[in-house]
Parts: sequence; C-alpha cells; structure tokens
Amino acid sequence: MSTPSAKHTLSVLVENKPGVLARIAGLFSRRGFNIDSLAVGPTEHPEVSRMTIVVNVEESPLEQVTKQLNKLVEVIKIVELDGPGSVNRELLLVKVRADAATRGAVLDAVQLFRAKVVDVSPEAVTVQAVGNADKLADLLRVLEPFGIRELVQSGMVAIGRGSRSISERPQRPVAVPAPASAIKPIASAAG
Amino acid sequence: MSEQGGHGSTSVTGAQSLVTSLEAAGVTDIFGIPGGAILPAYDPLMDSTRIRHILVRHEQGAGHAAQGYAAATGKVGVCMATSGPGATNLVTPLADAHMDSVPMVAVTGQVGAAMIGTDAFQEADIRGITMPITKHNFLVTDPADIPRTVAEAFHIASTGRPGPVLVDVAKSALQAMTTFSWPDELHLPGYRPVTTPHAKQIKEAVRLIRQARRPVLYVGGGVIRARASRELAQLAALTGIPVVTTLMARGAFPDSNPQHLGMPGMHGTVAAVAGLQKSDLIISLGARFDDRVTGNLDSFAPHALVIHADIDPAEIGKNRHADVPIVGDCKEVIAQLVALLTAEGADGDYEAWVAFLAGLKKSYPLGYDTPTDGSLAPQYVIERLGAIAGPEAVYASGVGQHQMWAAHYVGYENPNTWINSGGLGTMGYAVPAAMGAKVGMPDTTVWAIDGDGCFQMTNQELATCAINDIPIKVAIINNESLGMVRQWQTLFYNERYSNTDLHSKRIPDFVKLADAYGCVGLACESPDEVDATIEKAMAIDDQPVVVDFRVHRDAMVWPMVAAGTSNDEIKYARDLAPKFDEVEDDWEVRA
Repeated sequence: MSTPSAKHTLSVLVENKPGVLARIAGLFSRRGFNIDSLAVGPTEHPEVSRMTIVVNVEESPLEQVTKQLNKLVEVIKIVELDGPGSVNRELLLVKVRADAATRGAVLDAVQLFRAKVVDVSPEAVTVQAVGNADKLADLLRVLEPFGIRELVQSGMVAIGRGSRSISERPQRPVAVPAPASAIKPIASAAG
Repeated sequence: MSEQGGHGSTSVTGAQSLVTSLEAAGVTDIFGIPGGAILPAYDPLMDSTRIRHILVRHEQGAGHAAQGYAAATGKVGVCMATSGPGATNLVTPLADAHMDSVPMVAVTGQVGAAMIGTDAFQEADIRGITMPITKHNFLVTDPADIPRTVAEAFHIASTGRPGPVLVDVAKSALQAMTTFSWPDELHLPGYRPVTTPHAKQIKEAVRLIRQARRPVLYVGGGVIRARASRELAQLAALTGIPVVTTLMARGAFPDSNPQHLGMPGMHGTVAAVAGLQKSDLIISLGARFDDRVTGNLDSFAPHALVIHADIDPAEIGKNRHADVPIVGDCKEVIAQLVALLTAEGADGDYEAWVAFLAGLKKSYPLGYDTPTDGSLAPQYVIERLGAIAGPEAVYASGVGQHQMWAAHYVGYENPNTWINSGGLGTMGYAVPAAMGAKVGMPDTTVWAIDGDGCFQMTNQELATCAINDIPIKVAIINNESLGMVRQWQTLFYNERYSNTDLHSKRIPDFVKLADAYGCVGLACESPDEVDATIEKAMAIDDQPVVVDFRVHRDAMVWPMVAAGTSNDEIKYARDLAPKFDEVEDDWEVRA
C-alpha cells in the first residue's frame, strides 16, 4: 500500500514536571514515529503544560502513537486537532538581504503578507511573520530571491475553534488509596 | 495535599523516611548492594524489623531476584543499588521486567543534588537511561517527596499492566532532615488504568464465541498477572474451547487438561500452532501477538476473527487487528464472559474442530529421540525433574534450549510456578530468579533449570543463597555449548559452529564450583542415574544444590517454525512437516 502519509496535529496536556519532554521525545524516537514539529508551553493551569506535536503518520500508526503516549504516567490528555476545526500558527523570523536598492521591494512583500519588520541594518532586514505553514512557505518563496541570510521558525501551536476548552478540569484528580494503608508505619525518631 | 492526614510528623532523615516508606508500602524483602550514594539508606535499614535485606553479589542478581520474587508471589519485588555502576547493573533486569510485566520497584542512590550533571564520581543519569525500560521512574531531590514518591511507585508498579518503577534518590535528599508523612491518597491525573471491560464488547465477544466453529483460547501472561486461572478454567469448562498457553502463561491452565493443546509459537506444539493458525476465532486473553507466537504476521491465522482482551490498550491492534477489542483486567473480562455465556447459553458447535485438534495432538505429540550411544537426553532430565519435584514446585529457567524443554516437559498445573525471561530473553535469569522465588516462597521447592552458558553468567548468587539460607536447587543442562545458537548454526549456517563451544564439561568443574560456594554439587551423565540424583537433590533442604546434568550436545528443540516464516511451515522434527492443511477443505472458510 502506498497511501500518502498524513500530518496529524496532537495537543497533549502533560504534568508540568522535569523530564516530561525527554520522555515524550524518547518515545517517538524509539517507536520510530517522525515528529514534524513540537512546541511546548504553559497553559492556564500552572501544573499543566501543553505540547503541540505534528506527526507524519498514517491512521493506524497514529492510533499506536496516541496509545503509547497515553501510557506515559505524566500524560493527562491527548486531543487530535484537525485542520478546519482548529486554528494553527507558527512564528517565523527571517533575516533578508536588503540594501538601499532592494529594501523597498522587500518591504512591499512584508506588507503584502501582513508580516512585520523587527530589525533593520544597512544590509538586511529581519522580518517576523505569524501564520499557518502554507502562508509562511509562500512568504519565504517571495523573499527568497532577495537572499535569505538566516531563518528560524517555531513549532506549530494549535487550538480548537469554538468556546470549548480541552483543558477544562484537566486534573480531575482521582484519589486512590496509597498502598498497604493497613500497615500503620512507625516513624523512627530522629537521631 | 499529600501532606494532609499523614501519619507521624517527627523530624527524621530522608534515609529514615525512605526506609519507613518502604515499610509502609508493605515491603518485607529487599535484594541489594550498598555503595556511596545509597549508603545513608543502609544505616536505618539495619534497624528495620520489618524488612529483610539480602546482600547479593551483583546488582543484576538483585534485579532478577526481585523479579523471581514478584513472579512467584504476585507481590511487588524490590531491589536496591547505589548510583552509577550499581544502577546501570539494574538495566537488564528492569528491561526484562518491563517486557514481561513484572511488578517491581528499584531504589537507587544518586549523587547529591548539587553534583547532578557535573560528571561526578559514580554518576549516571539512571532516570534518563531507564526511561524506555520502566513503566515509570522518578528522581527525588527533595526529601519531603520521598514518602509520596514511594507510594506512587508501588501503586504504579502493581496496578494496571504491572511493570518496573525506578526511584532514584539523591544522596543529599537521604541525608537532609525532613518529616515523614505517608499519604492517604495519591493524585496521578494521567494514570487511570481501566480494569472493568465495556459491557457492549463482552456482548459482542459472546456473540462471536457462540457463532464460531473453530475458536481457540489464546492465553498469555496477563492471565497469570491478573490471577485469573480459576476464571479461565471456568470459561474453558463451560465452552469446551481448546486452550493454548504462551511461554509467559505456562501454568495458567493445567497441562493435564485434555483441552490444553500446549504452547504455541516458534517452538510450540503442532496442535497449539495449528489451533491458532486454522482457527476462525482467536480469543486472546492477556497475550500480545508476539512475533515468537505469530511467526510471519501476514500469514498468521488468516481466517480468524480476533477478540483481544488486554489491560493495556496499546497492545490491542498493535500487531494484529482486533475485531472485538476489550480493555480490562483479565480476571474481570473472563468472569464477565463466563457470566454472559452462562446466561445466554454456551451452545457453540465446536465438535469437529475439537476432534481435529485432538487428532493432531495424538499424531504429533511432544517427543524426543533418545540418544543411541547411551548418553543423556536433556528432555528426559527435565521430564523426570518435573515428575519427581511435582507440579507444586516452582521452576525458574534461563534462556535457550533448556528453557523451551522446561516449558514443554515439566508439566505445569498451577499458575506462578513457571518463571522465565520471555520477552527480553535474558541469559543468566534462572539462578537469581530462583533465589528470589525461594525467598518469597520459603516452604516451596524451587528448581532453577539452567543451561551451562546461562549458569556461568550469574552463578555468583549461589554464595548469596548459601550464606542467607536460601536452599534453591539448580539443574544445569550441560551440553557444553550455547545450545540454541548452536541449533541455529546446525540448521541455518551449514553446521559451522562459530563461537558456541563452551567446553563446560571440562571447565569449570561445576561440582567443585558448587562446593566452593557452599552448595552441594552433584553430577549425572547416564539415564539410569537421573531419578536417584534428582531424589538426592530433593532430600537436601538445608543447602543449595547444584546438579551438573551432562547431556548429549546435539539434541535440538522441536517442533520449530524458522524465524520470520509462516506458522504453516512448522517442522515437527528436522525435515518433517506435519499435515494439517486439509483443514481448509473440511470447514467453510470465512472470508
């Protein structure tokens, strides 16, 4: 079968604890899943972080990805955000060659894409653009002929449309009794 | 939150808090070795009246002992080691426990919090190293976190799909003063194993079971971990459906039961392999369609629908599509299947199928050739061992030919009596695992059935056994070679025996070695001495016993499905393929 591989955007709510990123990155690499992009940041709950992971897999491996992610103790919730039902954005900073002769044309392109110039020097301008992957690719195509000296791009972040929140009461703490509660421990006295 | 309602609030060291936490978690036995970073914990451990610490000779031995303890008793096994090399020596047992879903907690010392990341003496990032081979792991740098972390570790290790959990504690946290407070409850928002199956799925499963003509109960290690043998016996008796038990599930269903076809897979019986391969409905209970069971996946059981019950949702559909996925604990799943089948009528018509498989079982029984030169057949030794030590004994094995023969020829009647390294295939598992099992079941006879190659990897734990009054018995199936590798060289590499000859009938002298370790050493090399030797070993119960069974070196494990090929290609013996293809014509094959 040669069905084209598809990109899926997963929003993963995780406990904000050290090592969580390593756990998730390690899981992807050892199970042979390819990450296209990954972005991590805080949420409205200080104890919860949110990762937006773009994976390049077909449907049935995608199910394995989410099941394996769900097995991680620190993963609280996974939601797949599909294209039309969600808003997704990436941030691009790009240093474009622009001298007195070409600066005007560069600025025109920047304006056309509603991007912003955030730094200017005699030989170059630094452009900031926010958008989905297609828009940023288009912008780069237009800027490319002027000469791209350096570029940096963030991972995608995404959020579902509408009023619902995926992190509503994400904690919902299920309290379980601690093991061997029958044994009353004797705290040894301090030495 | 965890601090609320705890017991006690006296000021203690982190080390005391750790020992008290382990006591509170119900720990009675720990296998370990002290060292610099964990040293503070060993001081209060000396005063514990609840915990017996057994000083092993190598951390790998501690890890496998904890596994054997857990596998025999169902309780969480515990091992302890220091930072750096102590911790990295636990890597193999942790990976092994992860593969075989063994509930286990490893406590390791770590260098002081301020030293972490500086390449300090005996520093290793054991949390990072063990991330892929543990169910979960922790690094504790704040002594106040010790009780809650220990409680969480035991909860995670023993619930859901069991597995190993590592708790790495910085030396600075062990030395600092803190207050001990055992949590009343745990808050793990991302950890909620589902144990109760969905009623709709049970209903659908029962519908398929009643309709099927060629169903088979494919029983995996999950049935043992879930302690669901009684429920399985009920389901089998109610429906009459043939049963296969995987390497991890030997003992989950009595070998003496005529419905039992034996072990499936690469070295499975012909009837068990055919039972899966020709089935129209595989009822998988706590099994995971491992490559050693399925052979080539694309041609595995081509006409079977699959009911897949497992507590780990990620196993369902991982290798083989599940027509009816059931997430739940095997004990609950099987009990609900029994209840609904009883209510609706277990009226499936499997008569022809059962007769067909019974015929295969009769035509292709397990068997072996007796060497014509009067030397000892390894299978005979194991068969006699099983007969004399009986089904109440516990058998731990290493990995290789002797493991397959032990799986086939001992004869298991009870769960938790067969302990082996299934998924990882760790040579050297037997002796320390038997030691752990004996500590957990002191009144039970525990035999390690080991190969001469395996035995030489971990036999230093015989010293631990002799000194700590852990009288295990070891049967070395000595064919003076890495037998399974040698078998593959015989079959697939033109009998070119590259680096598989161990010369272990010459060096070492296992009898003298046993003697040096304070054990009784016996040797046996002819069939007529076997019973007497085993009986002699059985009579000794105050010392470990090691028996060097010097067996014929060319014996091979049969049946066999060559790696990567279809189960249809099973060979009953070399160049002998059983006939079971006619089944295709006898039954209406489902599309």
